[in-house]
Amino acid sequence: MSNKDAYWNKTKNHMIVTLVLWAFFSLVIFMFGSELNTMSFLGYPLAYYMTAQGSLLAFVIILFWTANKQEKIDEEHGFSEREDD
Amino acid sequence: MFKGDFIKNLPKIYGTYTGGFLVFIILMAIAEQAGVSAKNIGVMFVAFTVLIYALIGYLSRTIQVDAYYVAGRQVPTVFNGMATAADWMSGASFVALAGGVYYGGYTYMAFLVGWTGGYVLVATLMAPYLRKFGCYTVPDFIGTRYGGNLVRACSVFVLFIASFTYVTAQINATGTIASRALGIPFEAGVWVGLISILICSMLGGMRAVTWTQVAQYIVLIVAYLIPVFWISNKVGGGVFPHLMLGDEVARLGELEQQFGLVKNSAADMKAAGVPGGLKYISGSHSGVPEGGMAVWKYLSLAICMMVGTASLPHILMRYFTTPSVRAARKSVAWSLFFIFLLYSSAPMLATLSKLALMDPNLPTGIIGKSISEVQSIEWVQRWSEVKQVFIADFNGDGILQLNEWFMRGDVVVLATPEVAGLPFVISGLVFAGGMAAAMSTADGLVLAISNALSHDIYYKIIDPKADTAKRLLVARVLLVIIGAAGAYIASFRLTSILGSVAWAFDFAMSGLFFPLVLGVWWKRATRAGAIAGIVTGILSGLFYLLWVYPKFSVPIFGGVNEPFLGIDHLRFGLIGAPICLVVMVVVSLMTKEPDAATQKMVDDTRIPTGKAILGKQH
Repeated sequence: MSNKDAYWNKTKNHMIVTLVLWAFFSLVIFMFGSELNTMSFLGYPLAYYMTAQGSLLAFVIILFWTANKQEKIDEEHGFSEREDD
Repeated sequence: MFKGDFIKNLPKIYGTYTGGFLVFIILMAIAEQAGVSAKNIGVMFVAFTVLIYALIGYLSRTIQVDAYYVAGRQVPTVFNGMATAADWMSGASFVALAGGVYYGGYTYMAFLVGWTGGYVLVATLMAPYLRKFGCYTVPDFIGTRYGGNLVRACSVFVLFIASFTYVTAQINATGTIASRALGIPFEAGVWVGLISILICSMLGGMRAVTWTQVAQYIVLIVAYLIPVFWISNKVGGGVFPHLMLGDEVARLGELEQQFGLVKNSAADMKAAGVPGGLKYISGSHSGVPEGGMAVWKYLSLAICMMVGTASLPHILMRYFTTPSVRAARKSVAWSLFFIFLLYSSAPMLATLSKLALMDPNLPTGIIGKSISEVQSIEWVQRWSEVKQVFIADFNGDGILQLNEWFMRGDVVVLATPEVAGLPFVISGLVFAGGMAAAMSTADGLVLAISNALSHDIYYKIIDPKADTAKRLLVARVLLVIIGAAGAYIASFRLTSILGSVAWAFDFAMSGLFFPLVLGVWWKRATRAGAIAGIVTGILSGLFYLLWVYPKFSVPIFGGVNEPFLGIDHLRFGLIGAPICLVVMVVVSLMTKEPDAATQKMVDDTRIPTGKAILGKQH
């Protein structure tokens, strides 16, 4: 397998992991909205908290994490752009 | 100003700008104390900020193609994040979002998840690859990847429908805010708004829009957060409302029990003469509605908004302006961070605003008081005059019940500072923020449309030999025409702000999402597949919208149609996008696989290093 193919495989897997996390915070937890709302977080009902703030924050964290991870994959395979690009 | 080390000086420039803006707010506060009228403070806020944007727009003028289309590809990560956030957060986000949460509660907040979660799709599936490609516009990618004028023209068509639906709503919002702040008629406000938008974008294209959007972000976020924090502290919500409103949310639940959530009959409301667009509280603030259909409604709306986000050309094109692929990825993260600051505050504002009106223990509470007393409150009188609030004593007991208090959703943002007794300077600031939000989105949209027409239709299809001067002239003329057309339609007030905003997402996802994703992620996708997918996707979506939306279906199909599986007019992308995917895959597999050159192009798109597919000048 060429370096390019190996790079693309890793990138693809990373994409899938990111999208699984994304689907969890955007879709899966809201399938159980009424169950989650019986629990509480910071005094808020949990499902309310997640849709008002929690999932939004999770997306921000996912994005920074995924960008850093992808940069590492770039470096491993020598596809990292120079800093001054 | 924009030469040499301008980029290095950006933090200093915008730091000074932010400081200057804060000083201006303090000056206005002093002016208010000195007796300057509320109306004049509103006028000064809007006029001062719009003049600054116009100045930035003028200083960013350019005669270079890559500066005009992609800001010379030198916008640093964090600043591009701010510009994208301003580009993204529209007049609707600023003015109507908190009102939506106020009335819609949990169910409405599917919009919040949808309008933020979409950025994960942008970052993983689209932005870095489109940046590597080196295109000027979204159709530029589709036209080059799939090859040919027809597919390019089809994607311009989708872009046009989606962005134009959106832009009329933005110009509408600009007009509403300009008319209220300046005290002029709505129609005049629309044209004032349009002129402000054009000044910011015409001379410098993407470069000018970028630097004004950063300035507009700063104004809009200051204007949103100051009132939220101030009100929270004033009504005892806590120093940091985002983490501390748990008790207030619970208290709202108690108050809902106490007052009762009553549904008014349409006949009663008509008899009482409730003006159109005004709503009353009839649903729970934090409760989750029971049942599979309610869950599906929530999820389907979130899906449409997320996938739509990842297909909207005016957002995707912001990531063409970063210096590198990795900067594009990081920039998406920063964009969402800056968006998060406002979006996470909207539910807090809705909670505080609702509590301020509903809680009889607070001096601002009006529910449960006598109607004559409420009608003598100054802000109630002021907003009643412009038909933004309304009282109907259905049971005739002279006491204001929860279901007898009607208010427009926008009032939550525009009037809560007054309701909570904040000085008028804050209301003036809110006007400036709303204006910034509506203008920045309108700028981005008008530019996205006119760039696609000037680059993809005029230069790539009609006159490939045109020189730079001619290309930029055509681009600017189109910009003015598109803006004027949007303003002309907006001046008829065809639709409410949010209805049409959601449509833009559904149109974009129906015709663009899969052609963009598969263009990068599936080498086997062919030109014929893309054309068939785009055409069937957008047409089936459009057809379904006409069929399901009563205002269209009654004249066309002679009746109201029951939505299929709960897919109503806000969610018609769920019809268009799957059809687009299936048709595109089937037709691609039926046609010959793309040639070696195209396959190599896709390979090169996938890695961050190496030459862009499209050169610096194309």
